[in-house]
Amino acid sequence: MDELLKLLKHNALETPKNLARMLNTTEEAVKAKIAGYEGAGIIRGYQAVLNTDLMDVELVRAVIEIKVTPEREGGFNRIAERVSKFPEVESVYLMSGTYDLMAVVAGRNLKDVAFFVSEKLATIQGIISTGTHFMLKTYKNNGVLMEAEKTDERLKVSP
Amino acid sequence: MSVSKSRPKPKRNPGDFIAKHLLDIPRSGIRDFFDIVSSRKDIISLGIGEPDFVTPWHIREQAIFALDRGATTYTSNRGLLELRQAISAYVGEAFGVTYDPESEILITVGVSEALDLAIRAIIEPGDEVIYHEPCFVSYAPEIRFAHGVPVAVSTTRDNGFRLTRAMLEDKVSPRTKAILLNFPTNPTGATLTQADVEDISAFAIEHDLIVITDEIYSELTYEGGRPSIAAVPGMKERTIFLHGFSKGWAMTGFRLGYACSPPELSEAMMKIHQYIMMCAPIVSQKAAIEALKTRTDTEDMRLSYQERRNFLCAALNEMGIPCHVPKGAFYVFPYIGDYGLTSKEFALRLLDEENVACVPGSAFGECGEGFLRCCYATDIEEIKQATERMARFVKRLKS
Ligand SMILES: Cc1ncc(COP(=O)(O)O)c(C=O)c1O
Repeated sequence: MDELLKLLKHNALETPKNLARMLNTTEEAVKAKIAGYEGAGIIRGYQAVLNTDLMDVELVRAVIEIKVTPEREGGFNRIAERVSKFPEVESVYLMSGTYDLMAVVAGRNLKDVAFFVSEKLATIQGIISTGTHFMLKTYKNNGVLMEAEKTDERLKVSP
Repeated sequence: MSVSKSRPKPKRNPGDFIAKHLLDIPRSGIRDFFDIVSSRKDIISLGIGEPDFVTPWHIREQAIFALDRGATTYTSNRGLLELRQAISAYVGEAFGVTYDPESEILITVGVSEALDLAIRAIIEPGDEVIYHEPCFVSYAPEIRFAHGVPVAVSTTRDNGFRLTRAMLEDKVSPRTKAILLNFPTNPTGATLTQADVEDISAFAIEHDLIVITDEIYSELTYEGGRPSIAAVPGMKERTIFLHGFSKGWAMTGFRLGYACSPPELSEAMMKIHQYIMMCAPIVSQKAAIEALKTRTDTEDMRLSYQERRNFLCAALNEMGIPCHVPKGAFYVFPYIGDYGLTSKEFALRLLDEENVACVPGSAFGECGEGFLRCCYATDIEEIKQATERMARFVKRLKS
């Protein structure tokens, strides 16, 4: 992966000036490259990584396993796109193995999510079955540990 | 038989028992500075000489597994054969010189021990060892512990702190026995080119010298390759190659290094090692076997250091502290001699006024005066803050 993308994935708030210093290039070159990635759709957005467990909000998430009858010509795509359009659905993946699609669904409480799955997802034509697994605690999300592992125990000065 | 009544001897104080040659060796300038810094709170330290990464998880996990399996014993003096075989393969692949795991590789407690063994195995009282300054603080004292004579060659910033044959020719004498090299260099980050290495080899062969080469920072070489003197034709037989896991693999606390050399020298070092150390810790050896199974750990860390180096050099140059871009290790060695302060005064004032700790260049030899050592194995956010504070500091000095 391009180093610029790695750095932005690590910290999307890094300024072009600092990125230029790190990559030994100019601020303008960095800005142009970022604009290029945005234009090409490679950079799809910039988000904060939240530890929702610490936030005072009602929020539950579930992983939904979905079995689908593939359609002639459309394969899984048409159904996957229908599933993706619901704002309750955070991510959707086509999977290998015993089920076909995996969706991550968020709601205010168990009932909301269960209701959404049974009323909205399970009823889509072509979806054969769903399996719901609620998430209980997040340890790591998007490559970020929710509890920092490291305290710097090094001596303050060493040879 | 009558017991002769000797005069009662004057009582010795504890300090009087200390060996004279030890008293003559000064305390490390790093320790002095450490004492000052450790009494302070909320400082940002660019003075640390070790990686800020924790050892990669798969290596730690293997160490835990080894303990779990009851790996709590001594190993053979030379170290686990499986590790020596892995080292042989790695050194062959990375440096282009092959060592026999049975007779030419010795596992040690860090490069620190390997260095001590190498020097003690070859130095007789009065033998001279040429080494290049500014350098790692242990070299001159280690040579003197062995009753050798350290002979420093000063390197300078105008050629990026490289060592050339002409500099060596200046210092060689009939008593010279060895040259001690450290590239990439702590504290300057200097590296050598293939041509430099060949020139130094020719010098060593011509004067019939042995070379000790401490290549502990080798994995952290950012540009220009990493030629090892051990791989130059005709040099393996007169080289002791030292390497370890502390820097490249972020394993300082595991205390693991190794020495590669011709069998006779390896056996001589082994003689000392078996009596003073027995063997390196088994858990560390098991972890090191795991460390050598992949090549990606060092590569990932190298890229991360490289970006931080670029950042720090750019920021220092922008604020008016001239700083060459070193090609290796994780230190920059900027020049602060234009501010009318000694490097120690500069470092102390920077600490007092802005809470940033850098090591005065003079701690690494006289010719380090006028420089600071700043380590960039530090979180990028801290480096950013440190450079902002330093910029403020030099602005005040200039006004
Ligand atoms: C040049 C050099 N050699 C050797 C060492 C010691 O390394 P080890 O941890 O393997 O004893 C260091 C550590 O700072 C170093 O900078």
